[in-house]
Amino acid sequence: MATHTATLAKTGVQISSTRRIVMGVIFLALAAVIWFYFGQGMNPELVTTFGLNSAGSSIMLPDWVFNTLNTLNLLAGVSAALGAFQLARGFGKSTNLVLGLVVAFFLFAFLSWAAAGASLNLAGLLRTTLQRAVPITLGALSGILCERAGVVNIAIEGMMLAGAMVSALVASLFNNWVGLLAGIGIGAVLALIHGVLSIKYKADQIVSGTVINIFSTGMTSFISAKFLQKYQELNNPAIFAPIEIPLLSKIPFIGPILFTHNLFMYGMFILLFVLQFALFYTRWGLRMRSVGEHPKAADTLGINVIRTRYMAVTLGGMMAGFAGAYFTLGSVGRFDEVMTAGRGFIGLAAMIFGNWNPFGAFGAGLLFGFADMLASRLAILGVRIPSEFLLMAPYIATMIVLAGVVGRSQAPAADGKPYDKE
Amino acid sequence: MAKKKATRKSAAAKKQPAKKTTKKTAPVKAAKPPKVDKAPAAAPKGALGIFLQEISAAPWMVTALAIITGLVLGGLIVALTTEQMYALWSTSPVEGLRAGWQAAMNSYTALFHGSIGNPTRIIEAFQGGDPAAIRSAINPFFESLNKSVPYIFAGLSVALGFRAGLFNIGAEGQLFMGAAAAVYVGFAVTGLPAIIHIPLALLAGAAGGMLWGFIPGLLKAKTGGHEVINTIMMNYIAFRLSDFLLRGPLQRADSFNPISPFILDSAKLPRFFEAPIRFHLGFFIALGVAFLVWVLLFKTRWGFDLRTVGANPDAARYAGMNIVWVTIAAMSLAGGLAGLAGANEVLGINHNLAAAFSSGYGFDSIALALLGKSHPLGVVLAAILFGTLRNGAIQMQLTAGIPIDIISVMQAIILAFIAAPAIIRTIFRLRQPSHGEESVRVRGWGG
Repeated sequence: MATHTATLAKTGVQISSTRRIVMGVIFLALAAVIWFYFGQGMNPELVTTFGLNSAGSSIMLPDWVFNTLNTLNLLAGVSAALGAFQLARGFGKSTNLVLGLVVAFFLFAFLSWAAAGASLNLAGLLRTTLQRAVPITLGALSGILCERAGVVNIAIEGMMLAGAMVSALVASLFNNWVGLLAGIGIGAVLALIHGVLSIKYKADQIVSGTVINIFSTGMTSFISAKFLQKYQELNNPAIFAPIEIPLLSKIPFIGPILFTHNLFMYGMFILLFVLQFALFYTRWGLRMRSVGEHPKAADTLGINVIRTRYMAVTLGGMMAGFAGAYFTLGSVGRFDEVMTAGRGFIGLAAMIFGNWNPFGAFGAGLLFGFADMLASRLAILGVRIPSEFLLMAPYIATMIVLAGVVGRSQAPAADGKPYDKE
Repeated sequence: MAKKKATRKSAAAKKQPAKKTTKKTAPVKAAKPPKVDKAPAAAPKGALGIFLQEISAAPWMVTALAIITGLVLGGLIVALTTEQMYALWSTSPVEGLRAGWQAAMNSYTALFHGSIGNPTRIIEAFQGGDPAAIRSAINPFFESLNKSVPYIFAGLSVALGFRAGLFNIGAEGQLFMGAAAAVYVGFAVTGLPAIIHIPLALLAGAAGGMLWGFIPGLLKAKTGGHEVINTIMMNYIAFRLSDFLLRGPLQRADSFNPISPFILDSAKLPRFFEAPIRFHLGFFIALGVAFLVWVLLFKTRWGFDLRTVGANPDAARYAGMNIVWVTIAAMSLAGGLAGLAGANEVLGINHNLAAAFSSGYGFDSIALALLGKSHPLGVVLAAILFGTLRNGAIQMQLTAGIPIDIISVMQAIILAFIAAPAIIRTIFRLRQPSHGEESVRVRGWGG
């Protein structure tokens, strides 16, 4: 019972002494990697050049040039100091924040090391990272909606794929807005099927999600092979044009990175804040979480468990459909078979990584987006580590998080259990 | 508690083999539960009535109807996506319906010819007496059996996991690791006779998959990290690793493509016929392994422990079973089985490893493990069905122009009905079975 109250209270992150020590050791280890692996054998003369202008920005900033080795040493020193403090005293409730900081230091050190003696467009990198994070974060939000109400949704991938195809098809026939709505709609339809199978017929939720995934993969590939490849005009939607937010997009460096995207980016941020607020500060959110934690208690208090779950799953499906539309209407402008390439599953991992918390999921989405972006850039830089191993890093990190090394991730207590009213 | 479970399980196990023949089952069942007759309101009408009633309560009935309904709905989708039907519809709806029916029939005929063989062609070939013509006429049937080999292994892998209460979504990655290990032993170890080289390569494949199952198993048992997420992550790690291996250590020396060298002749699984039939020893190895899995699950104490942990972990803990060990061992074994799937594919068919060599086995194997009710015999039958469908679909795509992906759609429909048997029971007005229906339950993320 105590754990329920703790998770419902949201701030109740217990910090055990083992966790404090593990975190401290992780900080120190990251510092050591920066110091020894990146720093050792580095020519002290080398400088790193970071470009600060992303493509198309009107205000030009000078490049940011700094000495690589000194920067690495500084970052290693600060990380080590943070680690030592964590071991000795502990940061208490802000441990996760400090972890984020140290990881950011580490990534910055990594980029500096990779670009030593060369030039790297930092603004472009961050912009791409953010773009890659959009579908992953939206997928994670979809998962959060479903699972906070106690329905496991591993069908995010399938819903995204269907959303991508349907929105491309409908947008080619009518216009982009109708296409977007159709993509969201198909997500809702698949979610309803998932809901009927798992809520009404009480099929296992993971099996039911698998059904949606297989169906969606098969059906989209079928339609693509039979129609979209034959009639090219059916698969030729326009991409939503970028919207420059007045004033904000003029801020140097940050403006072009954050405020020159198309509607999906802004949509993601709005949904992110709305969901975070709705889940934890409204009656609606409290009801939904109570259904996910202890449906029987919620039912006793007069909350309609079944209806709440249907609503949550449908909203989650709509979110996944929106994420799918990003691929065709927000990014590529065409549907290709299996184009989501596992982003839905990564979204699921981001959800767990972020501890079923929208902001946390966004943070994880950024991390995965960063890794995704690196895949295309590392080959250009000629880093000595095979890029494949770097690409594995987020998956390994997810497994470590899931293992509870970096703080136990706390799933909703009734997640995955069908509700029997009796 | 554990004892009660066990008797229910063994009762269920006894029923399973009866799946093969429909006629045998009915009388046995009629004799068994006499109390069932009193339950329904409708009075049975004579012998036929009783027969039909008993059949409709039989557990395999849902499976059979699910498959048939899936095939029918697949045909409907084919018909509905025929452009000709809509073109004719405006002039005459009857003509339109006929065109749709024709399209569905054409595609299923092509499916049959591609998976079993064209009967007229087979008869002509036998009458002609030319061995090459006979071989190519009966080739589709053997190719279907070949196609089902990896499905048998991967399905057994998922089924074993289900029995232990674990959901192994990682068959895909385990399969790849098994294939990579088997290929490596196949081309790098030289100078061995086939009798040693083949088992060695197979063992390497099993070991490769086992490692990929062991890690999620260990994490599940020791930390509670959910195996669904961990096996998905292991899949992606395996894909990245494969990219690395095929561009580095395993790359063919004279090639710029990510492709491994061919394995040595001594590591190739023997084929029983000359070209074009590629039917190889792997099929019988798969059947043997399925039998071993059956013995392990239902005839050994260890298998009993495994099933008890899967059915009721609390009871298992109370009975003093070692849950940590069972979980790790079950996941490793599941991984090993999936690894054998990959090993058989490269040692029997491809003889080398290429990027993206495995496609969709992970999800297909979940579908067929559920279809086979996680029983080795059921898995073998379901795997042969899926292998046959997949093989026939290639021909269907070539001659009828129906994309191969229709098979996935059918699989999803079948699986939906298997997962929620109540739907089938409602559609066909079947009776509820006397005992609770066995269905797969996976524990939530919380562990």
